[in-house]
Amino acid sequence: MTNKTLRNNIAFYAIVVVIVLISVFPFYYAILTSFKTGTDLFKVNYFPSSFDFRNYIDILNNGKFIRSTLNSIFIASTTVVFALFLAVTASYALARVRFRGRGLLLMTILAVSMFPQIAVLAGLFELIRFIGIYNTPWAMILSYTIFTLPFTVWVLTTFMRDLPVEIEEAAIVDGATPWVIITQIFMPLLWPALVTTGLLAFIGAWNEFLFALTFTASETMRTVPVAIAMLSGSSQYETPWGLIMAASVLVTVPLVILVLIFQRKIVSGLTAGGVKG
Amino acid sequence: MFKKHTLTNSPTSSLQQQKQRAAFWFLAPMLLVLLCVAAWPLLRSIYFSFTDTSLTDLYGGEWVGFKNYLSWRTLSSGRTIYSGTLVDPAWWNAVWNTVKFAVVSVTLETIIGLMVALVLNAEFKGRGLVRAAILIPWAIPTIVSAKMWAWMFNDQFGIINDMLLTVGLIDHKIAWTANLDTAMLSVLIVDIWKTTPFMALLCLAGLQMIPRDMYESAKIDGIHPVKVFFQVTLPLVKPALMVAVIFRTLDALRMFDLVYVLTPNSTATKTMSIISRENLIEFDKFAYGSAQSTLLFAIIAVCVALYIWLGKLDLNGDKS
Repeated sequence: MTNKTLRNNIAFYAIVVVIVLISVFPFYYAILTSFKTGTDLFKVNYFPSSFDFRNYIDILNNGKFIRSTLNSIFIASTTVVFALFLAVTASYALARVRFRGRGLLLMTILAVSMFPQIAVLAGLFELIRFIGIYNTPWAMILSYTIFTLPFTVWVLTTFMRDLPVEIEEAAIVDGATPWVIITQIFMPLLWPALVTTGLLAFIGAWNEFLFALTFTASETMRTVPVAIAMLSGSSQYETPWGLIMAASVLVTVPLVILVLIFQRKIVSGLTAGGVKG
Repeated sequence: MFKKHTLTNSPTSSLQQQKQRAAFWFLAPMLLVLLCVAAWPLLRSIYFSFTDTSLTDLYGGEWVGFKNYLSWRTLSSGRTIYSGTLVDPAWWNAVWNTVKFAVVSVTLETIIGLMVALVLNAEFKGRGLVRAAILIPWAIPTIVSAKMWAWMFNDQFGIINDMLLTVGLIDHKIAWTANLDTAMLSVLIVDIWKTTPFMALLCLAGLQMIPRDMYESAKIDGIHPVKVFFQVTLPLVKPALMVAVIFRTLDALRMFDLVYVLTPNSTATKTMSIISRENLIEFDKFAYGSAQSTLLFAIIAVCVALYIWLGKLDLNGDKS
């Protein structure tokens, strides 16, 4: 009997190890590669063999990469602030006020976040050209609203629905208007939810590729994903793998750290957005 | 104190009215923004698909009806020539690629995700560490993971070929992403690697809602774990699982970035989104690309409508 449990335990931990290895290995290998230069790059190693920071120095001295990072930070933060600002009041109305067509409205908002971005590409292209923001960060900020806003509204609505009714009733009895209820009473309670939703929306905006690729023309306007996708070496036929991996590690490490710090919150945000649908 | 009295005495209906008026003004800005960035561009895209607009002259297009979708012309010899997206083999190839990708990736992600979730639902040392580890693929930007895997799949210096050669599973180096037979496989591997964590976390949330004593009593009754899984666990996580599956399917149907970076220009992996954008922006067939993006929208809309019609989604969100 104990023999069997021992065997089961070993099998179980073997599965756990495989899961962890598969999850982590590609990132580990990217870090490994980012420290290799020259011919070293073309030798397959499973363990660290050299620590050459030249790729990192090169990519950081490359003004375009820094510029792309700044673009991405600006675009993603502005998008998040904008989306949260609009979503807080809207989700109060959706979570706390009963009115006709509320269910349909919620469904429509969810549908907007799910529909294919390519379906609006032509129309958005025209709109962005018309306003005159083509090839500026504002083109991305405007277009990212299409997925960040529905997502934040949806998640905040589920969070707000779970706040106790008694608090709100007490406030109404004291003569608080809906605006006061949101800003003075709900906002302090919603901080954790706002941080989670904001972070998830930030990651979404940071990773977006299709719009960023289509609405930028010059290298200085590119966001990080486009810059990495377009990173090319001295000649057209040579892919600078070391540089690409260094850039990849640089933009991924902050995200991984953020995700690990907020992992519990993120899981609850994701499940609020998904499971409760 | 006085204030409190007057308020409680006032009829609740006016309070309700005040609340509803406020609700309207709270919703208005968001709805206005969504109308501008989603509804209007969508309608314009659909309109463009019925015109001959070009990228360089956005306002010079004329109404051409269904020409971009399907049109035909009878030659003097009596032969009929069809043209348009609906008879374009490249389009149908993209439809087939996308469907194949969506079905295989979502199925495998669900099965593997459920298995990982079952492992994480068990209590063992280092569970938090494992959960943190599986979040890493999810946190990495798609473009970055596409590049990472492109390097691992590299035909000459890639580690995947090296591993498989060492183990003896292959006897020569394979050009994973360039080869037409393996390009789709590589895309699937990367997508499954990246998205299974999301599925696993959603499944885990569903699993954790099942009361532990249910397993206890099953154990006491001596029911085999496999039977417990199929008779107790699976039916209970099914609602959560179904929502996750529909989300992932819609996401898979619009897939763009991974293919664009991992297997550029490979006919074996071109998806509907890829081919639409090619026509829209790169090939200067703006209206033709609009027609294709409209078709993709229609396909997804039909899927969603079917799903809602089948009554699997709770419309009011009241029951949750």
